[in-house]
Amino acid sequence: MSREQRLSEIIADHQGREGPLLPILHDVQEEFGCVDEEAERAIALALNLSRADVHGVVSFYHDFHTKADSRPVVQICRAESCKARGVEALIEGAVKTAGERVKLADVYCLGLCSSGPNARVGDKLHARLDGAALNKLIENA
Amino acid sequence: MTIIRISDDALARACGADEVAAAFAKAGATVERTSSWGMQWLEPLVEVDGKGFGPATVDDVAAILDGSSDKAIGVIAEHPFIASQQRLTFARAGKSRPLSLEDYEQHDGWVGLKRARQIGSEQIIAEMLHSGLRGRGGAGFPAAIKWKTVAGAVADQKYIVCNADEGDSGTFADRMMMEGDPFALIEGMAIAGEAVGATKGYIYIRSEYPDAIDKLRKAVNLCAHIIAPFECEIRAGAGAYVCGEETSLLNSLEGKRGEVRAKPPLPALQGLFGKPTVVNNVLTLCAVHHILAEGGAEHYQSLGIDRSKGTMPIQLAGNIKHGGLYETAFGITLNELVYDIGGGTASGRPVKAVQVGGPLGAYIHPDQFEVPFDYEAYAKLDALIGHAGITVFDDTADMGTMARFAMEFCAVESCGKCTPCRIGSTRGVELIDRIRAGGRVLEGVELAPQMHNMPKKGRSQEDEIKLLEDLCETMKFGSLCALGGFTPYPVMSALKHWPDDFRGK
Repeated sequence: MSREQRLSEIIADHQGREGPLLPILHDVQEEFGCVDEEAERAIALALNLSRADVHGVVSFYHDFHTKADSRPVVQICRAESCKARGVEALIEGAVKTAGERVKLADVYCLGLCSSGPNARVGDKLHARLDGAALNKLIENA
Repeated sequence: MTIIRISDDALARACGADEVAAAFAKAGATVERTSSWGMQWLEPLVEVDGKGFGPATVDDVAAILDGSSDKAIGVIAEHPFIASQQRLTFARAGKSRPLSLEDYEQHDGWVGLKRARQIGSEQIIAEMLHSGLRGRGGAGFPAAIKWKTVAGAVADQKYIVCNADEGDSGTFADRMMMEGDPFALIEGMAIAGEAVGATKGYIYIRSEYPDAIDKLRKAVNLCAHIIAPFECEIRAGAGAYVCGEETSLLNSLEGKRGEVRAKPPLPALQGLFGKPTVVNNVLTLCAVHHILAEGGAEHYQSLGIDRSKGTMPIQLAGNIKHGGLYETAFGITLNELVYDIGGGTASGRPVKAVQVGGPLGAYIHPDQFEVPFDYEAYAKLDALIGHAGITVFDDTADMGTMARFAMEFCAVESCGKCTPCRIGSTRGVELIDRIRAGGRVLEGVELAPQMHNMPKKGRSQEDEIKLLEDLCETMKFGSLCALGGFTPYPVMSALKHWPDDFRGK
């Protein structure tokens, strides 16, 4: 199936719903790793919106990206609870371990606040991290 | 045959519950995945015939099976952490399998909905009013009043929206509820639908909670026939903190930027797609089925103090020894929560501050720990109960840094709609930096002659602090929503109680 076909399939999947834009963007991001200009155009056309409207939404949310990044992503929680449990002291080492190969991203709360520092890789969560555990997580990402 | 019970809550899984469960299965045991008891420092907690072992690792499996494990904590239900609670919203926590309709029914499931359908809208709202339930999302607005407004509105379509996007740091009760007892939330929404005449409900969940999204999607499918004609749909957010604000959430559900809407019009009259809409938080909706059961409203309002009725699921988080979910009636103090129940800090160092109510909540000084947990008492402290997250910090915390972080967070997450929040937060970061640098130096002023309102001589540290206070006032009273409006709470409380952390003394 071509990219174009897959895109229209995703749009068609949601078009009958109320407020279909966010579910469409989630699926497009999931499928292609980003919501690029071409996707924005196709979605805008299908939903009778301007591309500016769609781009406004894509750029508003942290989860959507306009360019694909094929690197594995490790999200590290930098919010208050994890700060109280010492996450900031682990960041320098994590950046070093990640290098260019792994993308580190900040996240503000994974909901594991009694047991930080916490991180997320894909849909898998990790709690009670120390420097060694976090670095191992990044190495294996 | 012995059944091994292990929670499949996200926190337990993040601590290795899946691996421990697999090891038990490999050793020939029958494993049941349950909801979490909420004793998070003991996760993964393994339950064998009512007795607990934790925190368990794969290496503990053999010893637990042959009864020689040194991780035994005794009978779970009798553990002081559990036995001292008043659990209503979390009544089934640890006791049932999240996606088992059979378990849910056995533990009073659907009783509230059945009764709600018998007594009808007016009586449902009367009982909700009698219970004294206030919105558990933070603002503490009486839930029944909102419902009454929607019930009285005339429209061809009304909606129930569950705000499951509140992911404040230090709060995780919503997540545990959705993962551990999803049917309770769905039942609460169906009852709300019955009360106001809505047949469609949306649960908008933040994307940082993948387990909760998955569980609720499955739960909705499993119970569709029970809640019909009410329909429930799960929507995932996309990583915008401000969408926890009800009007932003509505815009987001409609497929727009999650910008705040000015009120009025109230969402109760013009909410989702312009239709009358109930927007309630997860814990509010989860309290409903108990209230609607026979005698529930009376029981609920008999708990708590003054105008804070019923129970509150309190989340013990941050640098705390015994962290977890602790549900109790209003009126408890931070001294009891932090020291008696929480066991003090995890690091063993003295407690410096406790942030109550998430990132927008005030930092409470240990001198104030005797104030009872109550909406009005906290308002008097210039603090808020919010989502009842208790984030403990030890004496290594730098409160100037935390205040700066609050402003920085607001700047990153601001939806941009109103000036005090969008610009004020960025100015706030700069101001705190200048305060911490000792004030604005003269050289800096001369470099910016084009600024007409620039002071002609530098500003002292004290001047800059006054300016920060002024900025906070502007944000507090001029912002459209709680993000800009409440960011001053952590900033001002930090400045008030720990001024030395700002002044570099």
